[in-house]
Amino acid sequence: MTLELAVAIAMFAGLVAYALFGGADFGSGFFDLTAGGTRAGAEVRRQVDKSIGPVWEANHVWLIYVFVMAWTAFPTAFAAVMGTLIIPLFLALLGIVLRGSSFAFRKYAETLGQARVFGFLFATSSVAAPFFLGTVGGAIASGRVPYAGRGDVWSSWLNPTSLLCGVVAVGTCAFLAGVFLTADAGRADRSGLAETLRRRTLLVGVATGVVVLGALVPLHEDAPTLWAGLSGRALPLVALSAAAGLGTLVLLVRRRAALARLTAVTAVGAVVVGWGVAQYPWLLVDQVRISEAAGAPATLQGLLVAVALAVLLVVPAMAYLYRITQTESWTR
Amino acid sequence: MITQVIPTIAEQVALLAGQATDPAGLHPAREQMALSLGWHIVLACFGVAFPTIIFAMHWRGIRRQDADALLLAKRWSKVSAVLFAIGAVSGTVLSFEMGLLWPGLMGTYGDVLGLPFAFEGLAFFLEAIFIGLYLYGWGRMPPRQHLLMLIPMAITGVVGTFCVLAVNAWMNNPTGFKLVDGKVTDVDPWAAMFNDGVWLQFAHMWLAAFMLAGFAVAAVYAAGMLRGRTDRRHRLGFLVPFAFASVAALSQPLVGHLLGSRLAETQPAKLAAFELATETESPSPLRLGGILVDGEVRYSIDIPVLGSIIARNSFTKPVEGLETIPEEDRPPVNITHLSFQTMIAIGTALAGLAALFWIARRRGRDLLRRRWFLRAAVLAGPLAFVALEAGWIATEVGRQPWVVYGYLRTADAAGENSGLWWLFGATLVVYSLMTAGAVVVLRSMARRWREGAEDLPSPYGPQLETGADR
Repeated sequence: MTLELAVAIAMFAGLVAYALFGGADFGSGFFDLTAGGTRAGAEVRRQVDKSIGPVWEANHVWLIYVFVMAWTAFPTAFAAVMGTLIIPLFLALLGIVLRGSSFAFRKYAETLGQARVFGFLFATSSVAAPFFLGTVGGAIASGRVPYAGRGDVWSSWLNPTSLLCGVVAVGTCAFLAGVFLTADAGRADRSGLAETLRRRTLLVGVATGVVVLGALVPLHEDAPTLWAGLSGRALPLVALSAAAGLGTLVLLVRRRAALARLTAVTAVGAVVVGWGVAQYPWLLVDQVRISEAAGAPATLQGLLVAVALAVLLVVPAMAYLYRITQTESWTR
Repeated sequence: MITQVIPTIAEQVALLAGQATDPAGLHPAREQMALSLGWHIVLACFGVAFPTIIFAMHWRGIRRQDADALLLAKRWSKVSAVLFAIGAVSGTVLSFEMGLLWPGLMGTYGDVLGLPFAFEGLAFFLEAIFIGLYLYGWGRMPPRQHLLMLIPMAITGVVGTFCVLAVNAWMNNPTGFKLVDGKVTDVDPWAAMFNDGVWLQFAHMWLAAFMLAGFAVAAVYAAGMLRGRTDRRHRLGFLVPFAFASVAALSQPLVGHLLGSRLAETQPAKLAAFELATETESPSPLRLGGILVDGEVRYSIDIPVLGSIIARNSFTKPVEGLETIPEEDRPPVNITHLSFQTMIAIGTALAGLAALFWIARRRGRDLLRRRWFLRAAVLAGPLAFVALEAGWIATEVGRQPWVVYGYLRTADAAGENSGLWWLFGATLVVYSLMTAGAVVVLRSMARRWREGAEDLPSPYGPQLETGADR
């Protein structure tokens, strides 16, 4: 394996982690938003607060990891993405800023009025941010980000593939979050809440599945390179994702939310990995290959040192955080 | 302040009017960077220094069975939850901005300067993980184990500061690459990271973080004591952060001096602007205050020889004057000079305040009973903030017109996107809102604590659950 490819894989692994953990985090905003009025929704909101409180900051560092890897290893491509996709990236950033700050503010808000304002901001921006990040992914995957010069700042992300990717991102985030929230509520013996969440998650899952199936039609026309990859080399991953997604729905119907967490993570993880496999060897589809875009070899080696340190230090710490927050005494 | 603002505005106007060749993205990118960095640096200081300060308090609480100390540590951890949240998101903003605002810098030098950012990313990761564990660990972890969660945060504060300052020091002392026919070759990211300027710049900023966080927290309790709340908890809440800030404030002049004495060699233009040296004089005077109007120095107080002594460690060596530097390579002088001296003046005053307090205490006099001292301690919080900002303005504006000193001009790093003004406007609005939100929430937390509430449950709907909700 070449040095560039190793770094690209390490970067992409960060993206997968962000899609899963950051995604579940964003998705909780969807349930917050649809929780209902102050009285009816209080229980759901409290669960959201408890579930993501200790982990949300760590979950979002994955994005910074991906960014840093991108601009260090593939500087020109990074500048190209930033230049062309400035608008959706800015809107995603706005969402990230608003959701993080208002989540913290809501937790310590004094009055119900304040909590409602912050809560509304948290919930809406949590839904908006993955949408815009999805459109960015769609723009890259459909070959709309030129390596040199600047693509159109509007049509690069306002197109069928980008918009569908945005919707799918929102759906998968909500689906992941729903499964985790349902499991959390179940473990805390809040069976009424778990039941509500379970039903909503099933709805989200079915809706997302329909969108994904529907998305295949425009993808064929609009993003031929990606389509060729998804229906060729990445087909096993797509099939795995579909099977795991269906399996999650079945497990939810049978009220096995704890186990459904595994299949849900598999479903989302497989489709994101599938995207990466499908667009290989392109870094920016149809524009520049991974091997052509890489920066200085010494820097790539340095980055692999950073990645090794991440595996040694960050991964165990994160595993500890996830494990301890899923224990009995942290759940109640 | 007024004397500082007027020349700034004049310079900005001249800048706007004079250089029509600048790319459209330059001016908004500058303002955007100044706003978002200037805002984030305050929270970064808390991120770096507050865990250590809380550790000292928490440790005292456990070791001496001190209930007041434990209570303070617990409250401070809730305050840090709010501060770290907005610090994390404003840090994310910066990672977006590097490519958004400075395509010429990141596109050309991204692989030279990027590595420290990768390590800073790791530090940020660990910090975010352990803040989660610490915040939610109250009452859920064995006390000693819980206390230990702060240690990784203190360490990542050091590493993170080092990494970020490594990039800034590299911009001041570019190394680890060669420029051949406009192409960057022979990249050695480790040499770039461990450049000559990094250690002192790191030390300077690390101490500054403790000054800012320490004086700011101490100021809150000094204000409480001024209002008659002179209980033990207030004294403790003042003393611990003030002690950290004192050590930092008293060490800072030494580090600052060492850092400054490198400039004659490394960045003569910056030194000339710091010292307001228009001409090379041997020996050079120390020029207090003063501004440059039409190339003439006005309203300054000159102390003979002292400039050479401080800047060059010599009775005779001159500070190289601006006249030796080509006009197109000179930084904006007035803002650099005045910011630099503002930082020095405040830093000296803060070190003096700290020395005064501890000397008086040794002699058995308790200045916490003196209203003048408490007033000064309250003022020290905002002053530390001003000094921090002034220092960054001085070093950043003083490096202009370069972004990578001697290699890449700031104008060449910017893009052609005039739409960045929209970004700046939106950032201004969002950051104002975020500041207001933080102030409202933190003040209401303090008020509820004063009124005897401790757990501060979230007010969602009717109280579904009673009891502690951490």
